[in-house]
Amino acid sequence: MNDIVASDLVTEIDRAIVRATQAGLPRVTRPYHAIADAVGVAPELVMSRIRVMLGDGRIRRIGAVPNHYALGWRANGMSVWDVLDERVDELGAKVGRLAGVSHCYRRPRRLPQWRYNLLAMVHGRTRAEAEVRIAEIAAILDDAARAHDVLYSTRILKKTGLRLGSA
Amino acid sequence: MDDLDRRIVNTLQDDFPVCERPFRAAAAALGTTEDELIARVDRLLAEGTLTRFGPLFQIERMGGAFVLAAMQVPEGRFDEVAITVNALPEVAHNYAREHALNMWFVLATETPLGVAAAVRKIEDATGLPVLAFPKEREYFVELRLEAGA
Repeated sequence: MNDIVASDLVTEIDRAIVRATQAGLPRVTRPYHAIADAVGVAPELVMSRIRVMLGDGRIRRIGAVPNHYALGWRANGMSVWDVLDERVDELGAKVGRLAGVSHCYRRPRRLPQWRYNLLAMVHGRTRAEAEVRIAEIAAILDDAARAHDVLYSTRILKKTGLRLGSA
Repeated sequence: MDDLDRRIVNTLQDDFPVCERPFRAAAAALGTTEDELIARVDRLLAEGTLTRFGPLFQIERMGGAFVLAAMQVPEGRFDEVAITVNALPEVAHNYAREHALNMWFVLATETPLGVAAAVRKIEDATGLPVLAFPKEREYFVELRLEAGA
């Protein structure tokens, strides 16, 4: 029973830490202490819970998220591929490891509008540079890919990241 | 953007220290001071060079859901629909893309059921069908973009 209470409390503290940092880390000399003040727990507990969340993957990483466009990465393409089901996992893992591919996922097809099951985001300073990445992907997939398309973004309409409610 | 800005953008994309004075520790590695680093991160955020500074969460590992979705929006309604879609707090990112499916957004919700509810809200508000593409498998995610010289 005590274990259940303790684990609920930890979950609550973790959620409070997520809420306190989802807009970003405070830019002050002791940011984790500032979070601890906001959450109402000791700074050492905040730091140890953040390390736990980094360890189990709830926090992917801590750091700066650059704006692609501001850094000159103007060609941001979502490349989508119709890959043989029996080979998509093996080949997706290889595509995901390519430099210049930031995200690589298997997603469901939505026939008839959407025949693609593999998605790989590519970035280049120019479309020509992005096309080089796409050619590398095409070479890996070879004849396991029956069709592909590239959807370049033309405008960022919104980018806020995660927002948990206050519940 | 000067050389120190570039090094900040390139080296602080992950492994920001978890300790009492993390900016001081990171500044030492960059050969600058804690105050200078804090001021520069503030400025890079204000200018829009950085969109965020802090922890990046994997919402699925907290019981939440993160789903890519797309809509085919008639050109004449694009801006109006973008305003409606963006107004939902569940919409984390939204991009215009060159394709018949011309609006692509990410829904981030605290529970998997929240995704279906958000999809329904968007369909009701816009009268347009939403195609949802839940992630079936993630092969690798490592977004590191270098700021060139």
